[in-house]
Amino acid sequence: MPTLMINGQPHSVDVDADTPLLWVLRDILGLNAAKFGCGIAQCGACTVYVDGKAVRACNLPVGLVGTRAITTPEGLESADPVVQAVKSAWVALDVVQCGYCQPGQVMAAVALLRTTPNPTDEQIDSAMSGNMCRCGTYMRIRAAIHHAAGELA
Amino acid sequence: MSTHSPSSAAQLKTGRRRMLQAGGALLLATLWPTARGRAAQATQAGTGVLVEDVTTPFAPNAFIRIAADNTVTLILPNIEMGQGIYTSSVMLMAEELGIDPFAVQIEAAPPGGGAEITGGSTSIMTEWLPLRQAGAAARAMLVQAAATRWGVAPESCTTANGAVVHTPTGRTVPFGDVAAEAATLPVPKEPKLKDAANYTLVGRKHHRLDSQIKVDGTARFGMDVQVPGMKIGTVAACPVQGGTLRSMNRNAALAVNGVHAVLVTDNKDTVCVVAEHYWAARKGLKALHIQWNFGKNAAITTQTIYDDLHAGLNGPAIVANAKADAPGVIGKAGATYTATYQQPLLAHSPMEPINCTAHVRPDGCDVWAGTQVAERARDTAAEITGLPASKITVHSQYIGGGFGRRLEHEYVTQCVQFAKQVPYPLKIVWSREEDITKDRYRPAYVDKLTAALDDKGYITALQHRIVGPAVVARWDPPELTKDGYDEDLSLATVVTPYTYPAYRLEFARREAPGITTAWWRGVGGTRGLFVVEGFIDELAARAGADPVAYRRAMVQNNPRALAVLERAAADAGWATPVPKGRARGMALQFAFGSYMASIAEIEMPSPDEVIIHRVTAAVDCGQVVNPDQVVAQIEGGLIFGFSAALYNEITLENGRVQQQNFNTWRVMRMNEAPRRIDVVVMPSKEDPGGIGEVGTAAAAPLLANAMAAAQGRRYRSLPLLSARNTEGKE
Repeated sequence: MPTLMINGQPHSVDVDADTPLLWVLRDILGLNAAKFGCGIAQCGACTVYVDGKAVRACNLPVGLVGTRAITTPEGLESADPVVQAVKSAWVALDVVQCGYCQPGQVMAAVALLRTTPNPTDEQIDSAMSGNMCRCGTYMRIRAAIHHAAGELA
Repeated sequence: MSTHSPSSAAQLKTGRRRMLQAGGALLLATLWPTARGRAAQATQAGTGVLVEDVTTPFAPNAFIRIAADNTVTLILPNIEMGQGIYTSSVMLMAEELGIDPFAVQIEAAPPGGGAEITGGSTSIMTEWLPLRQAGAAARAMLVQAAATRWGVAPESCTTANGAVVHTPTGRTVPFGDVAAEAATLPVPKEPKLKDAANYTLVGRKHHRLDSQIKVDGTARFGMDVQVPGMKIGTVAACPVQGGTLRSMNRNAALAVNGVHAVLVTDNKDTVCVVAEHYWAARKGLKALHIQWNFGKNAAITTQTIYDDLHAGLNGPAIVANAKADAPGVIGKAGATYTATYQQPLLAHSPMEPINCTAHVRPDGCDVWAGTQVAERARDTAAEITGLPASKITVHSQYIGGGFGRRLEHEYVTQCVQFAKQVPYPLKIVWSREEDITKDRYRPAYVDKLTAALDDKGYITALQHRIVGPAVVARWDPPELTKDGYDEDLSLATVVTPYTYPAYRLEFARREAPGITTAWWRGVGGTRGLFVVEGFIDELAARAGADPVAYRRAMVQNNPRALAVLERAAADAGWATPVPKGRARGMALQFAFGSYMASIAEIEMPSPDEVIIHRVTAAVDCGQVVNPDQVVAQIEGGLIFGFSAALYNEITLENGRVQQQNFNTWRVMRMNEAPRRIDVVVMPSKEDPGGIGEVGTAAAAPLLANAMAAAQGRRYRSLPLLSARNTEGKE
């Protein structure tokens, strides 16, 4: 297995190449912020970045990742202004309920604001529709993304 | 989060409250009757570690621990599953105690120490007084201790920010410095509570205490439990309930890289593959090529269940509630109206799939789980291991969505059964497919209502028959009435904002074969409100009346119902014309001790598409602890209910549940969520009502009535977008 670059650190793991990245993160490395929700890339709870792009770790075989940079929710730079704005907005608007999907929501929101600094409702809905929330926090997620965009403007 | 286990606690018994001294710490236990007397008796079997010889039918449900280092720990009776109960519970205690909610540590109460059941929207209803009493008692003792030390009158002292303050001089002493002295004082029997006018926390918006850890991803859910030496298993239960293992290729699974063991339950209905990590276990499970004997349920289909329910509309039934002679009035009425409603089986599918971790040793057993019933989790572990309850430790974790699913504990039973077979700690993780196909489902129901109507179209008598299971008969058998009635079914039927001159509620019990039915968010309220508010809306339409005006006339003598109705109508602009292409519908409810009126404004570009432009709700849930979290619960509860109302129906074919994962079990996504939800929380001095299930209960009737207005036809069957409705297929 190639060495994986996770949150800037190299990790060599002994697993079959078809093992989804999510289980390497969670069960081998103990990085638990990316969650298991469905296993078929339907819910977004496992969202991580590969080379800065949001992907679903639950069906991404580690054999395909190579040495590309992996960022998990634990690896979001707290000094990054977008990360800071998104997390503060989530807290300010009390977005979370059960919280299980929220690391994935935060990852998706940060990725959105990096490419679309001032998204419309439609752009938010489109970017976030792959991240399910069973508690139904969508109204506040939408508002929090606008709030974060406003803080960054 | 961890369970609490103080060492060598000496007790002082003080009537209904006990105080425990533990190494210079003040430890206060508040005792009050649990919501269900029977459950309270059950707590006596294993009374946990905090209070050891409970002899009365009371259980300690809240604790305050103040250590010499000034660490204040609140041990909370109800488990956090998103509903914000940790924040609200801390606010109630902190209000009286005099401390910043963000400055306290939180622990989940151990089983038998109060963490009995979190469900039924009861937490604030039952905790409202006792949590404040706990805080007030601790405050009085801390104040007395400080006043004695200073030689001043206790009346001249107050508390703030975790310290006792001598008001005339401004002197302060941190709680921790006087905790040991306070612990020697008698616990006040009736501690003086703050005047509500002086509240600084209760009734005001307070940020959730669990936001930051949930945003950062450091909050630990059951799924995240890691124990040294732990291995991970995943399971396959026979897809047909009651079936058993016929054969499997054990060696093929053991040949998979990382697989350690293949385990089978004693009754051979479930197989578990244990591995280094989930993926290896999953591959191992696949490699087994399990063959099942499907057993007697292999021919069941959804239609089997519906047919049985419809058959129950005729024949014998229990009379669950009666007022005057409803059948007599209906028999002689000049006008009557009848409608039959049908609702499907529903899965819970919380975002966190079912999981549990257990370590069974000869001398004890640890269980790590997200559970709404920690005590049942403990008891099942004791039963399986043969260990006394005192040797079982349940470590309650944050719950990644409850919705009633974690009022079941069969997954704890299953995990301990497998963990008993191995020497190491075992974490069982269900696949999403297992989570959906082996859920315990919200039952399907069929309801028939017949009303006698006066010349203006209002009800003079109402007869209502419910056909379906009695969930309580399995879940808490003593709660089934001696007639065989499940009182949960009275929610939104007998318990309603309306009064009828004559009424009769009948229940024909029909248990669904081949599946297990269970509680689901909103329980009887969700079930009943779809039927009753749909029917009321039909009667309004029949009378040619405006739906708000028709209900207004029905609640003239119910000021709280009337107030929410008027407020929602005003805020939604009910009196203004509906924008072109749109339609409005409403629901009015009284359930879980709370009133709500809600109005939806929707658009249907086609019979199978619903755009929810706006939902407006006015809620009166009595006195409120944290108003913004009431709003959050209504918003989220509505959206949770909308998924089910529009899309969801568990179906069976050949005894198997057909929906597997989120590709076939549709959950509302952000692009489908309402454009706006506006919730107003009505000021109230009434006792607090529940809120976690209020929004969900409203969801189906709200949309069904709006869709009826949009399409000019009634929606009497859920889900609303099923082919039965969109293509007229019955």
